[in-house]
Amino acid sequence: MARAVKTRRKALNTALAWAVGVLIFFPILWVVVLSFKTEGDAIKTPLEVLTAPWTVESYGVVQERSDYVKHFFNSVVISVGSTLLGLLVAVPAAWSMAFVPSKRTKDILMWMLSTKMLPAVGVLYPIYLLFIQLGLLDTRLGLVVVLMLINLPIIVWMLYTYFREIPGEILEAARMDGAGLREEILYVLTPMAVPGMASTVLLNVILAWNEAFWTLNLTAAKAGPLTAFIASYSSPEGLFYAKLSAASTMAIAPILILGWFSQKQLVRGLTFGAVK
Amino acid sequence: MGRIVLDKVTKTFGNVEVIPPLDLTIEDGEFCVFVGPSGCGKSTLLRLIAGLEDVTSGRVLIDDTDATEIPPAKRGLAMVFQSYALYPHMTVRKNIAFPLRMAGLDQAEIDRRVEEAAKVLNLTDYLDRRPGQLSGGQRQRVAIGRAIVREPKAFLFDEPLSNLDAALRVGMRLEISELHNRLGTTMIYVTHDQVEAMTMADKIVVLRAGNIEQVGSPLELYERPRNLFVAGFIGSPTMNFITGPEAEKRGAATLGIRPEHIRVGEGLPWSGIVGVAEHLGSDTFLHVHDTGLAETITVRVPGDVEFKHGDRVVFGPDEAKIHLFDANGLRKP
Repeated sequence: MARAVKTRRKALNTALAWAVGVLIFFPILWVVVLSFKTEGDAIKTPLEVLTAPWTVESYGVVQERSDYVKHFFNSVVISVGSTLLGLLVAVPAAWSMAFVPSKRTKDILMWMLSTKMLPAVGVLYPIYLLFIQLGLLDTRLGLVVVLMLINLPIIVWMLYTYFREIPGEILEAARMDGAGLREEILYVLTPMAVPGMASTVLLNVILAWNEAFWTLNLTAAKAGPLTAFIASYSSPEGLFYAKLSAASTMAIAPILILGWFSQKQLVRGLTFGAVK
Repeated sequence: MGRIVLDKVTKTFGNVEVIPPLDLTIEDGEFCVFVGPSGCGKSTLLRLIAGLEDVTSGRVLIDDTDATEIPPAKRGLAMVFQSYALYPHMTVRKNIAFPLRMAGLDQAEIDRRVEEAAKVLNLTDYLDRRPGQLSGGQRQRVAIGRAIVREPKAFLFDEPLSNLDAALRVGMRLEISELHNRLGTTMIYVTHDQVEAMTMADKIVVLRAGNIEQVGSPLELYERPRNLFVAGFIGSPTMNFITGPEAEKRGAATLGIRPEHIRVGEGLPWSGIVGVAEHLGSDTFLHVHDTGLAETITVRVPGDVEFKHGDRVVFGPDEAKIHLFDANGLRKP
């Protein structure tokens, strides 16, 4: 009897989880569906949309009208570039905070996080002016730097958490075993930190890929990533549903696929240290 | 060789003096145990010897060479940590080989020494596993293996058995003692467990608040504790302390008598009511109340003597085994 109740409960939970999952995923699914319809069919009622014939017409138009490959390439450069640049700054920072903490370490970490609480638009004006002065407007380099700065607190926090999880005694053991600083970092620390660093890289590539505020405001034609590519199809009257959907699908597909294949690593990375 | 001398060593963290000036000599081949309650500075002292902490002042001499400024990697000492501190991403073989690799030995020699250590420690079947796939006892043996392959001048053990269950602890205790007998290398062993100290040590250093309370062989400490702290710390169950008329009668402030040095029988001077009788089989420990001497007096009687809660018991001390302490807690000659 108890077992039967348990099984039913489990089924109920599974159904509920699926329902929530589908609910969250539905908008993305609908966008994908719309992208395979004609412009005329895309604005009909949902039932009519589903029964309308399928077509790749919108993809053809989108590809014809704007250069997908260019935007895709910009997205790759900006997301990967900002993440790598971020690591360059964050690894030594997190390293010292984790292994040689000072009295102010916690304060510094909190301060860095607090910058994420500020509405981005609050600094748009000064940054825009700076970009004009430095000639960074609509350049990939400019976006790499800005997105790096935007995501830096998260990178430092994540790395700090991973480094903190590495027991100090293991490093001391390496020292006792005759390892110098170089060997300690090369043979002991780095191999142990790799999973954490991989998740950090992954998450930040995704965050940078999806970032829309700065990429839209600081670019025009040259350096625009896929976010700008999507935005160019949005119009207040909503007349290009199918093309907008096709553009969106093309923009999110790469990162969705990346996320799909790396979800195990991501979940493991994000919950790292939560359970012992 | 492995003679270690601490010469007026001190250690302060910020404003807190953890180790006040301290002198200690550990002879080559000695099994020396640092024992004391938690926070007494015993682990810090070990880490000062290892070089994992810098001394604030004073010198650490290893084989008559001043090692104070030498980094831990170059001191020629091996350490076994409480948490084992194995490299989780390496196999047992690579863990044990790591110090040899760092020393730049050739592969054939590394293989030979690893195999040898594995044989000694019963790890041969586990060489290709990772630490995560081993039990606590096996992990501790890997940690010991990693220490012995280097043939260090001295071994440093930092509470190595604390994470093991009771049965395993007794087994590992014997293994470490046997290892010491076989290798004859200096060993410094930190523990808060006085039973480990008594059973393993050639020399026990009792520490409290960074100060050495007494240094001596297990039996010296047991028979002639220098003060109340050592008297209470060494021996299990702990020594009974009696103040008041019984002590004053003998010209002392405190009278100490161990549970095993109290006899039970009619006509003896003390009496009380049994609160709890702990039957261990071989012995029975009576916790006696209402004696008029101290809140509780612990008495050891043979295991086959029947006592239960509420029984009246008459007992008295073995006069020759009484320890007397003055008002400052120091032993009276």
